[in-house]
Amino acid sequence: MTALFDTLFNGLAIGSVLMLTALGLAVVFGLMGVINMAHGELMMLGAYTTFVVQNLLKSGPLQALFPIYILLSIPIAFLVSGLVGLLLEKTVIRRLYGRPLETLLATWGVSLILQQFVRSVSTAFFLGLLAAVALGLLAPRFTPAALWRQRWTPLLKVGNWILALIVGIALGSLLGEQRALHQPWFSARNIDVTAPEWLRGSIDLGGVTMPTARLFILALTALALVGVNWFLQKSAWGIRIRAVTQNRSMSSCLGIPTETVDALTFFVGSGLAGIAGVAVSLLGSVGPNLGGNYIVLAFMVVVLGGLGKLWGTVVAAFVLGILDYVIGSGSLLLLWPSMPAALNGVISFFATTSMAKVLVFVLIMVFLQFRPAGMFPQKGRMVEA
Amino acid sequence: MHPSAIRKPSLRLIGGATALATSLSLVACGGGGGGAPTASGGGDATGGNFDGEVKVGILHSRSGTMAISENTVAEAELMAIDEINKAGGVAIDGKKLKIVPIEEDGASDWPTFAEKSKKLIDQDKVAVVFGGWTSASRKAMLPVYESKDAFLYYPIQYEGQECSKNIFYTGATPNQQAEPAVEWLLKNKGKDFFLVGSDYVYPRTANTIIKEQLKAQGGKLVGEDYLPLGNTEVAPIIAKIKQALPKGGVIVNTLNGDSNVAFFKQMKAAGITPANGYAIMSFSIAEEEIAAIGPEYLEGTYAAWNFFQSLDTPASKKFTADFKAKYGAQRVTNDPAEAAYTMVYLWKLGAEKANSVDDNKVRDALPGVSFDAPEGKVTVQPNHHIEKLVLIGEVQKDGMFKILENKGFVKPVAWNQFVPETKGYTCDHTQKRPDAGKFKL
Repeated sequence: MTALFDTLFNGLAIGSVLMLTALGLAVVFGLMGVINMAHGELMMLGAYTTFVVQNLLKSGPLQALFPIYILLSIPIAFLVSGLVGLLLEKTVIRRLYGRPLETLLATWGVSLILQQFVRSVSTAFFLGLLAAVALGLLAPRFTPAALWRQRWTPLLKVGNWILALIVGIALGSLLGEQRALHQPWFSARNIDVTAPEWLRGSIDLGGVTMPTARLFILALTALALVGVNWFLQKSAWGIRIRAVTQNRSMSSCLGIPTETVDALTFFVGSGLAGIAGVAVSLLGSVGPNLGGNYIVLAFMVVVLGGLGKLWGTVVAAFVLGILDYVIGSGSLLLLWPSMPAALNGVISFFATTSMAKVLVFVLIMVFLQFRPAGMFPQKGRMVEA
Repeated sequence: MHPSAIRKPSLRLIGGATALATSLSLVACGGGGGGAPTASGGGDATGGNFDGEVKVGILHSRSGTMAISENTVAEAELMAIDEINKAGGVAIDGKKLKIVPIEEDGASDWPTFAEKSKKLIDQDKVAVVFGGWTSASRKAMLPVYESKDAFLYYPIQYEGQECSKNIFYTGATPNQQAEPAVEWLLKNKGKDFFLVGSDYVYPRTANTIIKEQLKAQGGKLVGEDYLPLGNTEVAPIIAKIKQALPKGGVIVNTLNGDSNVAFFKQMKAAGITPANGYAIMSFSIAEEEIAAIGPEYLEGTYAAWNFFQSLDTPASKKFTADFKAKYGAQRVTNDPAEAAYTMVYLWKLGAEKANSVDDNKVRDALPGVSFDAPEGKVTVQPNHHIEKLVLIGEVQKDGMFKILENKGFVKPVAWNQFVPETKGYTCDHTQKRPDAGKFKL
């Protein structure tokens, strides 16, 4: 009995991490059909936000809040990742709707830029970047408007950005002479998010040890799930999002601002990635490459669950979590001690973490052969493809 | 998917995006260059009267997942080069040669290591290459050095079972790290062993050796598991440890990189801690990694190395003080950095003994060369490895090690004597025989 409960708890614990990382993707990829390769990096930004919040509260006037810094990081990480996602949507993805291949490549490029950004960002770098962007955006406002309505205006714009870039680099390297400004904020090395005292221990319940960090992630996942479900099902904007997902031109005709809806959907999906970042910072290390560890799994969960179905994602995540645990830990051997020797051999063979991954992938491939649209395919009139 | 949303990408966007992207990468390069002190700059300041130059290659991952660890190693090598140049360079034939390091980035990508090695040898015509960290990178470079009959110096503890004429190893072989550690654990901490490692060549080979050793010395293997590199989901492993060792026991950890952070954080949460009777011994966690993982998770666990920053000798203290003076007071030294620093000096001494920087002559001269390294006096052995000081330490609250046992200097054994396939084999490059790298005694 204990073994069964143990399996269930650990499976749920693994599943909840998968769920949380896939939730944002279920919105962005499942509902909007955008293949966002930078989703993992949005998670990474969430994890770095946790780190920054932790350090801000470690000392100084707000020290009293330190024990609950992890709770404070959740909304902040949501906002940070959401806003970066919004910027990404406004500048890149918006122009690539309906072209999945280009989206894939562009967002992959963005993911590399974001990784390098956290590695090299320093005060000098940041100010240089800020200056370049500000100059690029403001120059058109402070020069005669007629200049910007010519046939050769596009060339002027490119020239303007190149100029802004040169000024930015010059400023960045000038400030970089100062050692204090040159010091990278995070550098390429991994950083440490220390869980608050109350998340480091574990609770014993009927012989099952449940780490509090895992329980916290389970609760966070449940909360995020309820929140997203409420938002999509009940709120006015959620209903608009679903309307646009189901029939874009019709929604547009009925006066729904589809572009705002796109931006909002992306904002929410990216923000959820930020929350997932907070959660995984409790489990492992936080580094620029953090996203890469989760992105494939997240896509797998969404695809397995079926696009456009939140419940599919939930079921898929927990099924994968439990499968991963049951196979990887070899706990079947404990539950059924008298199994035939041949079966025992097979199970022990797959009962290592890497072999369990192999078996889980094989099972997914087989499953998708029979149900290519996932566990819960979207029925009826589909999203325009 | 959204046909109505398809628009022509405007020139402005493309211009903006490229500008942004290039500004990011350019500023990044500018920043990086300004920060890393280069050795050649330091050498110029004092030694104006060299009679010539000798080029050496430095090939480590300065970017990618291994950069954290390899940066320190490259920095230690540059520091040694700087010191040698300040002291007058390499003396060959009565001439003073200045060492000019040529740095290449292996980028944490094993084929890149091989490619850059070719470039350093063929294009830059370096006398020697100092480089590598993971065994995977060394295995990728090995054929290049063997085919070109060039010389690679490799500074990291590794799994042994290799003894190339073209590689010179200054890190520990298993009998200078893993084996004494296991012996110590058997004597002091218990007989039941659980092995955890990353899924690649070093942990798998090291664990094969440990398993044979346990058989030979009366230990018991209760379980083992391997985690794919970079994986952070360790719940199944923790469950297995709890099943196999419900009341405490010995855990030998050969995980590399990020997985360690997840492993120790979640072990602590699950109550698998030194306080509850678990002795955890790691082979890839040095001072640098402790700082990254967080000492609060590692306090009370063990490690076996050949050098600790806390080693209390004048040579060790001087090395750490020099390193901090050069790269910043918050920096720490560790075993790989010490081995890297030592190997540059050994090459210099070998070249001076051979009175030439020619690969083959230095190779013949090296065995027998001694150097007062930070860990103590090390001597090059005929099998291209060096004698090393074997230390066992316990992680303290401040992230440093308390040295529990000093087993003194141990001679290197390249071909493992516990593993049946290599038992009885040895390696001696001073013997002029075609199978000098591996022959039966």
